[in-house]
Amino acid sequence: MTGPAPTPHKVLKSLLGAWALAACSSAETAAVEEHLTDCAACAEEAVRLRDAVSLLHPEDSLDLDPRLRSRVLASCLGRRPPRVPVPDWAAPYDAETARLDALLRDIGEAEWRAPVRLRWFDGERSMARDISAAAVIGHLRAVDGLVATGLGLPDPLGPETTAGGSPEERTEALWAHDPDGQTPGAARSAWRAQTTAMIRGVSFADGDAAERSVPYGPFSLSLRDSFVDRAFECWVHATDIAEAVDYPYAPPAPGHLRQMVELAARMLPSVLAGRRRAGLAPPARTLVAAGAPGRSLHLEVEGSGGGHWHIPLDSPGALGSPEETVAHVALDGIEFCRLAAGHIPPEEVAVGRDGDGEAIRDVLLATASLSRL
Amino acid sequence: MATDAPPKWDRKMQQRLAHGEAAALGELYDRFASLVHAQAHRVLGCESGADRVTRDVFGYVWEHPGAYDPKQGSLRSWIADLTHQRAVERLRQSQEDGRSTPEEIEEKVRAASAAARADYIVTSMPAPLRAALDLAYRRRLDYRQAAADLGVTEEEARRRLRLGLQLLSTAHRGPRAAAPRVHGSAR
Repeated sequence: MTGPAPTPHKVLKSLLGAWALAACSSAETAAVEEHLTDCAACAEEAVRLRDAVSLLHPEDSLDLDPRLRSRVLASCLGRRPPRVPVPDWAAPYDAETARLDALLRDIGEAEWRAPVRLRWFDGERSMARDISAAAVIGHLRAVDGLVATGLGLPDPLGPETTAGGSPEERTEALWAHDPDGQTPGAARSAWRAQTTAMIRGVSFADGDAAERSVPYGPFSLSLRDSFVDRAFECWVHATDIAEAVDYPYAPPAPGHLRQMVELAARMLPSVLAGRRRAGLAPPARTLVAAGAPGRSLHLEVEGSGGGHWHIPLDSPGALGSPEETVAHVALDGIEFCRLAAGHIPPEEVAVGRDGDGEAIRDVLLATASLSRL
Repeated sequence: MATDAPPKWDRKMQQRLAHGEAAALGELYDRFASLVHAQAHRVLGCESGADRVTRDVFGYVWEHPGAYDPKQGSLRSWIADLTHQRAVERLRQSQEDGRSTPEEIEEKVRAASAAARADYIVTSMPAPLRAALDLAYRRRLDYRQAAADLGVTEEEARRRLRLGLQLLSTAHRGPRAAAPRVHGSAR
């Protein structure tokens, strides 16, 4: 070999790892290989390290199928029933937060910087706003905090927050002050710690807890409903993030989707009333006594998570009634959820319709108005 | 090792599982399912087999949380060992169809075990070593580029690559497998 003076043994030995990985210069490779012909110790190590390289493989393990989680947990719980179960109505929240966490674990650093488009319907028009994935996670954490504090857990906005009680005000407050929102890792772990604490907290809550009221600012939900609502929001924003980073993201399990659709359908009469009060919908056609059957819209949600609902049109106190049905709309479960999330404008939703056009329009607008930031 | 949970977490988890807390089972799954599934997949080379092993391992831990002894090591390494045992059992069963000789079966088991052990070593080794291997192997940087990327001296990059491979080489315990099953080929 020509060129520089022979490289000392110590340096050649230090190059063995890089050599085994073909990660040194050609001159160094030649020097190492010449050295191996007359140094038994290095030759032995070289063979060992080369074999070790053959155990590396280029791809990380495949992403785990999220549906496996519920199958494995159900099988475990079948083998040994839990003494402290997670309530059925918290199961969608448990599944959806685990799914989002797995997505966040799989996305790379650059993908965390992709702008995420949030969409909602403000009662009159479709809105959109681009924020970072970390800010989306902060938003989920801020609003989940309403439910967390209801369970006696700490408020993510801090013990002395002066933020208003609405989801929007809480979100803005968290974005303004949250040190954990600065890095993806911190945003994810703060959010995940809160979700697991909530699932644990609700497992140990007393029997009456399900009906306890959780204030959402302008309105309130039972704890049971608020867990379904938060599961829905978690799924919706997970799809926002997945879309931004171009990952596939499947809908929730049919049983969980059904709980989400059911909650939305149940909230529609009071949203209709709210829109009338705000002058966004025409006045009620008839006066109905509370608890009496009233003019109704037959909402048929097809596909996974679907079902039939009769939505009273003129008063939230009225009973939905098949006999008083004035209109019928039929749409797919996922389409219904996308509408309720404000992800499709009411005028663009693919829906089969029959009957009173104004009733249909009001209900579709009210469904979109369920969405918020 | 670097990615192991603190022993306190392990003990607390064991207590919660023993108490029959379903939420703890969910957290256990979220922490270890990808390890269990990847290990089983490495041994068995098939999705459905890995799913079955995942179910069996979590079923066993949920039914027998007392079988874990924190004095013997981390919960993570205990679960990895359980997974390995279950996956190898399944691999043996799948090969006992009369078409392979006992020697061939043992050879397969040895190769699959070494590959799975190697994966475990890579995911458990200190992060700086893992990062260096990743740059040299996956991103095909030479050690000088890797040093620049990591912000360390060239000498340190060489040291990390060598040390990482030395750790990895302990995956070949006992008689070395003639042809380890790997995805892609070594460069």
